[in-house]
Amino acid sequence: MLAIIGTVPDENFPLLFGIVYKKRGSLYLEEREISIQRGTPALIASAIEVMEFLEKPLPYAYLVGDTGEGHGSRRLYEFLVKDLRKKFFTTLAFHYLMPDADWCNKILLTLEELASRPLLIADAGFMYAAKMSGNAPFFDLFTPDPGELAFLADEKAPHPFYTRGFLLQDESNVEELIKRAYEHENSSKYLLVKGKADYVAKESNILEIISEPTVEALEPIGGTGDALTGIASALIDCGYRIDKSCVIASKVLRIAGKLSNPDPYTQIGEIIKFIPQALKEILFLEGATGDLKNFK
Amino acid sequence: MKILESLFRKGKQKKGKVSSKEKDKALLIFDNTSEVIRAENILREKGYNIKVLGPPAHIRKGCDLAIEIPIVHSMGILNILDSHGLPPLEWVLSDEEGLKPVDLFHVKDFGNFLMVRAANMKITVHKSSQIIVNISGGGCPDVPYLAAMLVGKRINEAKEPRFIGHTLCGYALQLAYDKIKELCSQS
Repeated sequence: MLAIIGTVPDENFPLLFGIVYKKRGSLYLEEREISIQRGTPALIASAIEVMEFLEKPLPYAYLVGDTGEGHGSRRLYEFLVKDLRKKFFTTLAFHYLMPDADWCNKILLTLEELASRPLLIADAGFMYAAKMSGNAPFFDLFTPDPGELAFLADEKAPHPFYTRGFLLQDESNVEELIKRAYEHENSSKYLLVKGKADYVAKESNILEIISEPTVEALEPIGGTGDALTGIASALIDCGYRIDKSCVIASKVLRIAGKLSNPDPYTQIGEIIKFIPQALKEILFLEGATGDLKNFK
Repeated sequence: MKILESLFRKGKQKKGKVSSKEKDKALLIFDNTSEVIRAENILREKGYNIKVLGPPAHIRKGCDLAIEIPIVHSMGILNILDSHGLPPLEWVLSDEEGLKPVDLFHVKDFGNFLMVRAANMKITVHKSSQIIVNISGGGCPDVPYLAAMLVGKRINEAKEPRFIGHTLCGYALQLAYDKIKELCSQS
């Protein structure tokens, strides 16, 4: 089972955990309604669309309210260190959490003690913490955008805010940045770099570059990266190879984006609802309908 | 804002190699010890994980104490200290020489919309109405909150990220916000 770990932007939102589902355009966890905007709820909603399409079990979620002071994230970290020992998950996707190197170390120590280590995916704050703490290679997949990739490639930067200019100034040098991130052991095993073109890489090698369909208006829309991570996480947990999951996720989001006919004012919820249609189209085009075995 | 900006821009760098664990820390340098103690009390009451320690000799400013803070909380901490009349003299990154806050902006014109990216944060405004239409990027948990507070509001009416953000992502968004505001005022 896939577990998604992150925050919602409401200080009064308690620490909740359990199976999360979607009903009438909102998420529900422990009977609490959660609005699908950008951030972890967008990741969860996208993962649910994939799970429902593939008729797989819905994901589990650990969520807590945090608007940036970090109190909620710390409570969640503390809880996870105890609770992950009691549960069995095949995939963990860490998302918007206050970056904290010490807590990242503690979580990973807990996971190392498990009989079977889940696949580990990190994006947003927990990806920063993974790099900051020197634990990036422990992860199976990071999903950075070009700015975050420059941060991973900068062995000196403790946060994207300090990424050195020579790495940030040219967005066309993605391949060079990928190599540099691996050279300094600041990357997960696989990388899905989301941008004008999406790059799928494994250990310095670029496996695939996806640039079609091009939908310029997707770039400014908040939550597209979250949706991409959600789709990839769900596919991986359904048993598809990590690289194939990344390629399918990239194509699905591009097609869902195109179907939504977006402009820069479009909100992510308008795109997420087209994921099933895009998934159907992509899997059909790739000749992977039916049991989808070509992708496993 | 000027205090925050100057603190981020003037911050000297600690020399020498540091461990990965130290990379997420910064030092606040104050004018005198009593200021450090007041600041320590305020920050501990707010629940921040901080340490009081001696600053390295090459950055000593007349006070033998400094406060070590988690870098990701810099913006929130500096705002709190500023609101208590306790702005530190210096903000020093606990890392190797050469690191400084990002100062590059990427500007992209989408016709009726304008987007600015600073580091990992992007803000997009509808040009004629000056309404903030989207905020994307970032990884700290104040980003979704900031987006919820800013999207749909006119740039001159929205609360600035520095007043409601707490992290370096929030600070990066402030830089992008300042830049897009400047560009909108010129058009």
